[in-house]
Amino acid sequence: MSPEATTKTTYRLPIGPIHPALKEPVAFEFEIDGERIVDVRVSLGQVHRSVEWAGMRRNPIQILYLAERICGICSYCHPMAFALAVENIADIEVPERAEYLRVIQAELERICSHILWAGVAAHEIGFDSVLFLTWQMREKVLDLTEYLTGNRITKAITMIGGVRRDITKDMVPKVTEALNYFKDNFEKLRHIFLDDKTFKMRSQGVGILTKEDALQLCACGPTTRASGVKKDVRLDQPYFAYGDLDFDYVTPDILTGEVNGDVYDRIIVRLLEVKQSIELIEQCLDLMPAGDIVSEPKIAKLLATLKKVKGEGIGRMEAPRGEVIHYVKLDENEHPYCWKVRAPTYNNILPWIPMLRGEQIADIPIVAASTDPCMSCTNRVAIVDSGKKYELNREELHKMSVEKTRRLMK
Amino acid sequence: MRFSMLPQVFFQMFKKPFTNKFPAKYIPSSTTKFLEDVGAGRVKIIPPVETPIDFRGKIQYDSEKCIGCKLCIKVCPTEAIEYKEKEKKIKIYLARCCFCSQCNDVCPTNCLSMGNEFLLADTDKYSKDLIVE
Repeated sequence: MSPEATTKTTYRLPIGPIHPALKEPVAFEFEIDGERIVDVRVSLGQVHRSVEWAGMRRNPIQILYLAERICGICSYCHPMAFALAVENIADIEVPERAEYLRVIQAELERICSHILWAGVAAHEIGFDSVLFLTWQMREKVLDLTEYLTGNRITKAITMIGGVRRDITKDMVPKVTEALNYFKDNFEKLRHIFLDDKTFKMRSQGVGILTKEDALQLCACGPTTRASGVKKDVRLDQPYFAYGDLDFDYVTPDILTGEVNGDVYDRIIVRLLEVKQSIELIEQCLDLMPAGDIVSEPKIAKLLATLKKVKGEGIGRMEAPRGEVIHYVKLDENEHPYCWKVRAPTYNNILPWIPMLRGEQIADIPIVAASTDPCMSCTNRVAIVDSGKKYELNREELHKMSVEKTRRLMK
Repeated sequence: MRFSMLPQVFFQMFKKPFTNKFPAKYIPSSTTKFLEDVGAGRVKIIPPVETPIDFRGKIQYDSEKCIGCKLCIKVCPTEAIEYKEKEKKIKIYLARCCFCSQCNDVCPTNCLSMGNEFLLADTDKYSKDLIVE
């Protein structure tokens, strides 16, 4: 027998279950051949916080604030999807003005999330000056969010049947001023992300997800749109006031004329969506009618109505990362009988497998980050090489990624 | 383009830092001593960034107006409010409060409101500053 046949040439590289780059625990097991990734296995369920269980012991108003804490970045779409589900059950009519206000908040969150993602992506490939530029812009978005809702992150603006805070006439100039700032800076950001050689080197042709794979694996949000699948809940099943607004699916071929489904395409989609969100907020400010912002201002009365209803409801929303679904069942009780949350990252995990196959270890951070996963990842990566076990922590993995950028720059 | 970030970086070098150096330019070695000095007028404190309108800070409670209807206890997501059976008033533990101001919205007599105070860090979660009654 030849030595090739007897010696195992691949080795295993477990990453996870804790990794701060990806915010939530997930465990990977890579099959490595030298620097190349041959196979990937993902195991989920590393963190169980019993949010749904806790929700079944609270009334719908209390759940709004619990749902807000499912995710720090999607702190608007989770309670809003829950509110949509409850409104679905109880047939609550939302006032027209509230529908537009809800769109404004949702799009603000999208801008914030996508800019934050762009910064993290730049950091993952070792381009830290861009990280600070994006953070500078995000700070303005957070300032605007604070001005409109009172808080920077957990916005506490959702209410079943409307929103809690209005945008009055004297608040509009400040909003338009901030929007103009975003527009000016967006051009700068677009130039750096899409024209810079460093970004192109690290992202073009890396982490490819084909259209077939994206459809088969049910990817959602910008991840699937970057592969050319036209899927967006805002357009497929308009909720809030999205039906009245003028916008279209964002796919990378708008800009480049072709769809590759690589990391570069995902950058394009997210950046173009930032611009789209700015335009949507402007449209909302123009079209917004006067009127109430909540259908039932007396919360005690609202709670009493919700106590009497029975049925199941579903709330679907296009969160920054994709489609979020909340399922709620009420059975004439103070607390819901059942509450189930499906976050967008759940769908975007399996696409990692075709994306990572054939890439290098140094590409793991940028490819994994490119789906904008809402989950934390590994602090320690243990490389098991011929029985000897040694550990590779997050900093070293990041260092390897930075070194690859330097190598390519030469 | 190879160095598209360079002009921005150079521009940034000559800009004033955005950070507001609250409470002092350099971290004082002893915060308690620093605060004593501020009280005595020996050093100046750099004021914090102003809070926006309708900021959700420390809860203000007007116990005179409270009728003890328990609605705030019902809606509080963190169960931070305790009912005092004898006096028929409430007690709010700020260490648990998530500052959503839902109790303010539900209150029929408007006895609760959100203040502007945000410096609420404490080593003891039952300290006097963190209990509103």
